[in-house]
Amino acid sequence: MGVETERALVCEGVSVAYPNGFVAVRDMDLAVDAGEIVALLGASGSGKSTLLRGIAGLERVSAGSLWMRGRRMNRVPVHERGCGMVFQDGQLFPHRSVARNIGYGLETSGLSRAERRTRVDEMLRLVGLEGYGNRAVQTLSGGQAQRVALARSLATRPRLLLLDEPLSALDRALRERLAVDLRRILTSTGTTAVYVTHDHAEAFTVADRIAVMGEGRVLAVGTRAELLGVAAGAAGGPGRADGTTTVAGSADGRSALAPDAGAAGVAEVLGSSGRLRGVVLRPTDAGAVVELYATEVEVPGLRAEPGAEVLLRVG
Amino acid sequence: MSLVPGDPALVPTPAPTRVPASGRAPETGTAPPGGDRADVVPGRWRRAAGPVGRGLVWTVVAAVPLAFLAVFFLWPVGSMLARGVTNAAGQLDLGAFAEVLAESRTWRLVGQTLGLAVAGTLGSLLLGLPGAYVLYRCRFPGRNLLRGLSTVPFVLPTVVVGTAFRALLAENGPLGFLGLDQTLTAVVLAMVFFNFSVVVRQVGALWSTLDPRTGEAARMLGASPWRTFVTVTVPALGPAIASAGSLVFLFCSTAFGIVQTLGRPGVGTLETEIYIQTTAFLDLRTAAVFSTLQFVVVILAVTLANRFRAGTETALRLREPTSHPLRRADAVPFAVTMLTVVLLIAAPIVALVARSFQSSQGWGLRNYELLGSSAGSGFAGGTTVLQALEHSVKIALDATVITLVVGVPLALLLTRPVRSRWAVRAQRLFDAAIMLPLGVSAVTVGFGFVVSLVASAPQLAYSGALVPLAQAVVALPLVVRSLVPVLRAVDPRLREAAAVLGASPGRVLRTVDGPFLARGLGLAAGFAFAVSLGEFGATTFLASPDYQTLPVLIVRLLGRPGEDNYGMAMAGSVILAVLTATVMLVCERLRPRGAAGTGAGF
Repeated sequence: MGVETERALVCEGVSVAYPNGFVAVRDMDLAVDAGEIVALLGASGSGKSTLLRGIAGLERVSAGSLWMRGRRMNRVPVHERGCGMVFQDGQLFPHRSVARNIGYGLETSGLSRAERRTRVDEMLRLVGLEGYGNRAVQTLSGGQAQRVALARSLATRPRLLLLDEPLSALDRALRERLAVDLRRILTSTGTTAVYVTHDHAEAFTVADRIAVMGEGRVLAVGTRAELLGVAAGAAGGPGRADGTTTVAGSADGRSALAPDAGAAGVAEVLGSSGRLRGVVLRPTDAGAVVELYATEVEVPGLRAEPGAEVLLRVG
Repeated sequence: MSLVPGDPALVPTPAPTRVPASGRAPETGTAPPGGDRADVVPGRWRRAAGPVGRGLVWTVVAAVPLAFLAVFFLWPVGSMLARGVTNAAGQLDLGAFAEVLAESRTWRLVGQTLGLAVAGTLGSLLLGLPGAYVLYRCRFPGRNLLRGLSTVPFVLPTVVVGTAFRALLAENGPLGFLGLDQTLTAVVLAMVFFNFSVVVRQVGALWSTLDPRTGEAARMLGASPWRTFVTVTVPALGPAIASAGSLVFLFCSTAFGIVQTLGRPGVGTLETEIYIQTTAFLDLRTAAVFSTLQFVVVILAVTLANRFRAGTETALRLREPTSHPLRRADAVPFAVTMLTVVLLIAAPIVALVARSFQSSQGWGLRNYELLGSSAGSGFAGGTTVLQALEHSVKIALDATVITLVVGVPLALLLTRPVRSRWAVRAQRLFDAAIMLPLGVSAVTVGFGFVVSLVASAPQLAYSGALVPLAQAVVALPLVVRSLVPVLRAVDPRLREAAAVLGASPGRVLRTVDGPFLARGLGLAAGFAFAVSLGEFGATTFLASPDYQTLPVLIVRLLGRPGEDNYGMAMAGSVILAVLTATVMLVCERLRPRGAAGTGAGF
């Protein structure tokens, strides 16, 4: 890979090591286009959060190169990288009101007070918390706090937004609803984002492409359709092995699945909860098209009426 | 300890819970199900302005407190200790040691110092454990009032404590029939009075966070309540009990003010001996040897306290406090606690206040009226009590400023997230070293000032500047200890959040640490002010006769014959107590609340 000038983020053989010498991320390649949302999906200890912190500059990149829009960022300090970051538990400033939290990054941006206020109101509207500006952050519910954290990060129009399991501290129902909101907000603002999660459903809902991580490496990268295709293929029963091959190689020419580790690793991650819930859209010659996480996927061998809910078993 | 109206170890426990950042349960601080904690390393703060620039800034920040400690702590204490092992010609000479250690009186002194400290510690633990249980684990009307009452002694200057027990146990006092006035028992009782709250608060804070279900599990397995207590509760509380115990031991073995005001019963203690050798016999070499012995005792206690404290700090972050209504089984600890609070805590205070209104002319304000008199019936000496009060307040203000100027950078340094192993080690060393002035008896500090600073800079001594400086040395550990937990409570990721939002390291310090620091500053200032207001051990060596402080004057008055002198000491003690307690109370209340609450002022 050469020096990338267009892409929002390029990791070239990036390793991240802790001060004690433990290498949590090893020789990692990842590219994110402007406007794209990429999820890093993996279990605990897979290195996904560490990679995110490396990108943010909160951990030291010990090998490889980190590029953002053509600039090598390895030695650029955190506060000059122009990234936003949403933490797992918000990390709102407890001594500032909601509005002053959102305005924090703007205070050094040279905007006038009125401009800042306008921008803060705009952000509050964007995350659906109009009128909450004067509230103390302690009075917010978990979901509201994460919305404020998101608004705070988006206020400065970061060139890259990093989200570190932003929903995982919330309960299931809220998580599912907020994941949809999150995607809407990110796409409507054209935000480039890297989204870390251990929940495949969340990854499919929020991200355009998903990098499946394990043991500090990327096991597979693919679009939602590609990875769900793997799942669908696997769910189809007979011809499962073929199912994985049908998604290799994608339209935009980027490698969809790492040829070796891919299928097994992906199936493992997708199958961790056992099943994917989908709605049958229409029958085809080979089977049926099912909507999974707002993506249409053809499931070979499936016979069902349109509108029927189906559970696809993965693995 | 002869000078402490506040306890460092008391501070860390309640402070973090008042900080909203860590208090907003449930989604903060707890690992979510499946949460990815394994690959998150907290506390890393990327260097930003380049390692060299940042290092330089922090070196400068470190220079102020280091220079202060070197000149006003290490030099005095060092030269005092050196005096014990050198002769007049400055050569190494252990003769003084040999002489002093050969005397049986020395060993009686060591024995009595240790004996009193052990008795005071055991007494505090014996009464403090039921107190911790009742006041932190049980729920009943008036509990908070009792909690508050039980902490009052700790903010009182030791001189006041001693005076209160004199008032209670004097021949014509309410408990005079016990014949305990100016006895060793009285000293132990005063030590327990003073340290009861240390045990209650330190152990109670942990006790309230213990999961009751562990004990319930033991009960279900057939364990009796007592067996449950011994096999489940005590081991869980172990670190807190040990830590509180060693801290109380430290305070008891340096309780100069108490022993001195209670008339130095028996042979006295190492500290009173240092005082006598210095002021009465002018035998500095012998005093230095006793200081060294005192130092050894204290170092042992500090080492133990430090070791156990590490154990409790981790254990304390268990869960939200739980308590239950009083049950029948709680009758015994409840009765013990009530008796302790009424007889041991409230009685001396009430006796002191009552005695202050009693004079040769019966009940009335005569003792207070005498406070302004410089001549005539009551007073003998240059300074009136009111003048001494004014001196005390002025000196305490100076000492507070000095302490904060030194203590704030020190607290920041100690809580900086650092990466390199070398820096981590340096931080730990600092952390332990800052406890030393607390451990080294104030008598040693005061005496050290005399042999180093007064000797080489007499004009400084004349100016009176040494008194607030010595008091600042004494107050520093408490101030740092009260600031450190507040700053540690700042989630390192809050700083990261600010940095990612584009805040430079300086701005992070100002906007993230700043507000936390501000809220701790009120309490820290209160500590500094209260400590120096009540400081006796070091001040008694350094205060010039025409610029005495109130505690020093109270002890002088107690030592003089005459009903009016005694009455004035009582009245002066009441004023000192009210002032100290009020300052502490106001500083606790004044601290700014967590959230700004307004959207104005971007």
